[in-house]
Amino acid sequence: MINVKNLSKRYGQVVAVDRISFEVNEGEIVGFLGPNGAGKTSTIRILTCYHPATSGSAEIGGYDVFSNSQAVRRLIGYLPESTPLYPEMRVREYLNFRGKLHGLGSADRAGAIEKVTRRCWLSEFIDRPIGQLSKGMRQRVGLADALLHNPRVLVLDEPTIGLDPTQIRETRNLIRELGRDHTILFSSHILSEVEQVCSRIIIIAGGRLIAAGTPDELRRQISADSRLIAEVQGPFAAIRTAVANLGGVDGVEIAESDGWCRLAISSNGSADIRAPLAKLVYDNGWSIRELRRETPTLEDFFVKIIAQQSGAVRT
Amino acid sequence: MRSVTPITQRELSAFFYSPIAYAVLAIFMLTLGVLFMLTTFRPGGDASLRNLVEIMPLVLAIFLPVLTMRLLAEEFRSGTIETLMTAPVNETDVILGKFLGAVLFYLVMLVGLFAFALVVRAFGRIDFGMLLATGIGLFLMGSLYLAVGLFFSACTSNQIIAVVCTIVPLLVFTYLAEWVATEATGAAGLLLHHLSIREHFRDFSRGLVDLNDSIFFITSTVLFLFLAVKVLESRRWR
Repeated sequence: MINVKNLSKRYGQVVAVDRISFEVNEGEIVGFLGPNGAGKTSTIRILTCYHPATSGSAEIGGYDVFSNSQAVRRLIGYLPESTPLYPEMRVREYLNFRGKLHGLGSADRAGAIEKVTRRCWLSEFIDRPIGQLSKGMRQRVGLADALLHNPRVLVLDEPTIGLDPTQIRETRNLIRELGRDHTILFSSHILSEVEQVCSRIIIIAGGRLIAAGTPDELRRQISADSRLIAEVQGPFAAIRTAVANLGGVDGVEIAESDGWCRLAISSNGSADIRAPLAKLVYDNGWSIRELRRETPTLEDFFVKIIAQQSGAVRT
Repeated sequence: MRSVTPITQRELSAFFYSPIAYAVLAIFMLTLGVLFMLTTFRPGGDASLRNLVEIMPLVLAIFLPVLTMRLLAEEFRSGTIETLMTAPVNETDVILGKFLGAVLFYLVMLVGLFAFALVVRAFGRIDFGMLLATGIGLFLMGSLYLAVGLFFSACTSNQIIAVVCTIVPLLVFTYLAEWVATEATGAAGLLLHHLSIREHFRDFSRGLVDLNDSIFFITSTVLFLFLAVKVLESRRWR
């Protein structure tokens, strides 16, 4: 449905998006994850035909976003990051205006407005001026606007930013629900949110694509980094040499605290050295009180990426 | 073209939702009233709108930019330009829609001006032909002012900059150009003479609808609308 190839966007000397490629299939909910300033909004603005790419191409529903932008615009519903709205208009007037821009006839418009306001819990606010609404309410108006012409693709830029926890949960549920009828690409800088809602995650940082896949795939990708944590009691030096010589062990960090040796063992590849380690302890007559595998969470992975990126920017 | 009407409607209603419309209308009428008292409504005064109309290029050069300053600058400032330009509309629709909204509002202002004709009518005979020519002239000149204002509004996200950048060239080409043209000689003087807005308006205010002047106003209005479209489009290659 969305097909992005080698997309780059440069503002003068600053590279905001650096040769990104990804695909979103029909019916998917894809999370576009990245720290602030990663290039999420720049990419989304290219996809929604707000501004053109410096190089590369993007297609939505088979239409090129640059050469066939009007067709793309009819296909997508877009909620920009700050939810810009006309504060002086009432909700109904605004949706009416937007419906006209999308070429909906007056009967269709009335039906569509009725439907989206119900869906976005806006019915009781429909005659209020937008300027009087709270941030969360305005967000809903923006979402209702994006849904108005029943687009096949929904592009939501940070739809939960600035909302309170209840509203975040409501919005999240709504997105999940909308995923049944629409293909959704939504950006966020909060991993847990993306993890809960999306069938696939695309992580970008510093304008580059870092990782993409389902949450499970990403977890598998990072489980290679898992470490083994063990606490063993015995002679310090003997433990260190014995463990380091164990087959499959890459490196050992060892520290002593209240009479126990705390080991952090990194193993190469997928070798499971839990059993050999237990046997080693048993054979030497040491005692053991903890043995567990520490798998980094997606959160750790994400934080690491961000740290690497900001490190790269600093150097 | 489909989108022109909804945009025009929205702009018109936006004028009336904000205090700007009422403030502009009220101060405009007050200004006209004072000018009317000073120039026409006195013993021995000429029972026509001519004196009032003579000052209109100046009055409009100050009032109309206030109407247009908001049109695009505010969209840029608040970010609504993003929702607008990602809807299935093109730049020409947006510019035309906003221009027509401003023109319709300007027509309301002109109705206010011609209300003074009723006062004059109580004291003398009104030449309706001349009044019609004046109306056409005011409409054409005002349209040009609005197009210039819309163009500068498309160039900035700051309404104050937009209004100042509009008023200055309007005053230059309405008054200064005419004055310099009488001083300067040769080709430059001739050029300035042809570019002087007041020069082109003068015939209308005398009851003469001249094709030259009409073409000057229409083409320069189209030129500025065209430039405004290009500025808005430039977003797409910047």
